[in-house]
Amino acid sequence: MSCSTEVIQLMHKYLDEEITSEEESKLREHLNQCEECTQHFHELKKSIAFVQSTSHISAPSDFTMKVMQNLPKEKKVVRITRWLGSHPMITAASLFILLMTGSLFSVWEGNQEFSVSKQPNLVIENNTVIVPEGEVVKGDVLVRNGTLHIEGKVDGDVTVINGERYLAAAGEVSGEIKVIDEMFEWLWFQIKTTTKDALHLFDNDKNEAE
Amino acid sequence: METLIKNRISQVKKGDQNAFAEIVEIYKDKVYQLCYRMLGNRHEAEDIAQEAFIRAYVNIHSYDMNRKFATWLYRIATNLSIDRIRKKKPDFYLDAEVAGAEGLTLYSQVAADVELPEDQVESLELQATIQKEILKLPEKYRSAIVLKYIEELSLKEISEILELPIGTVKTRIHRGREALRHQLRHV
Repeated sequence: MSCSTEVIQLMHKYLDEEITSEEESKLREHLNQCEECTQHFHELKKSIAFVQSTSHISAPSDFTMKVMQNLPKEKKVVRITRWLGSHPMITAASLFILLMTGSLFSVWEGNQEFSVSKQPNLVIENNTVIVPEGEVVKGDVLVRNGTLHIEGKVDGDVTVINGERYLAAAGEVSGEIKVIDEMFEWLWFQIKTTTKDALHLFDNDKNEAE
Repeated sequence: METLIKNRISQVKKGDQNAFAEIVEIYKDKVYQLCYRMLGNRHEAEDIAQEAFIRAYVNIHSYDMNRKFATWLYRIATNLSIDRIRKKKPDFYLDAEVAGAEGLTLYSQVAADVELPEDQVESLELQATIQKEILKLPEKYRSAIVLKYIEELSLKEISEILELPIGTVKTRIHRGREALRHQLRHV
């Protein structure tokens, strides 16, 4: 057998662990009498050993953190579900609020009368509330089952439930203006206010804890 | 192990980001190592390994649960590494070799504050030589050799990662081995 590519092929078959026992004895026989091929085979095995000897390196310690910071935002639903799972107290509290809204339905029934928040300079005519021209009404204005004319200035939020609002050209409102005339919107408004209060409560707790 | 990973992946598919952190923890060293051996530079390796995980997360829906996750992940990392080699930017890094000075990096020009023990230096030098010789391999042989002898994967897995027939993978490994033999014979 000459030192052909065939021998080299056998060496690689051996290194791939795909050599048959017949081929292996053929290879060994040749290596026993050919120094050049023995050298070649030895060098191949040596270079593999070298490559395998390279110590395993580890990723930097902050690797995972960096990956997580760079991921796109995840779906809200999952985040909320997980968050609820890990905050049972708050989950219970939200359930409580949900049940409370049930009782709000009944409150709505008894709420068909005209009412308005108490500010000294609001003018009330029948079911119409007027913010007079040139006057500044301090605080939030809430009108229920009535119409609100804003000709002056309101320093706060304006909420009209089950009614209408007219803003004159000269009128001005520093806060938000909300018109609520559906029962569900009203419910939503109630929930939002309650939640907002509740969150304030939590924030205060947190601040105190810190 | 494989079941744990499959579970985590189902969670990630549902959109749970925290489950992905565990996957990163499990594979970060292997992926980083793969990128490092392909690129020969820690900064680039970290860059590409990070990118590989982010791509895996973004494309998790295209991952087929019946296949091995590692194979899929290594494919992303290998492809990104090869892309990076092809459009290598002339950036400067401290551990990049100084031109014309064999084995000398910019680190050696920055005053070393720790004296290394003699034998440690020797082993580090050998390590650096081997890494350098791996980097000399053309990228198609390099990826095959790294996957085979550093990540210790089977020919079948390598063929899936590189998306090549097993015969081609074998040829690449054979040629890679011959090239390394030539380069490392006098070490």
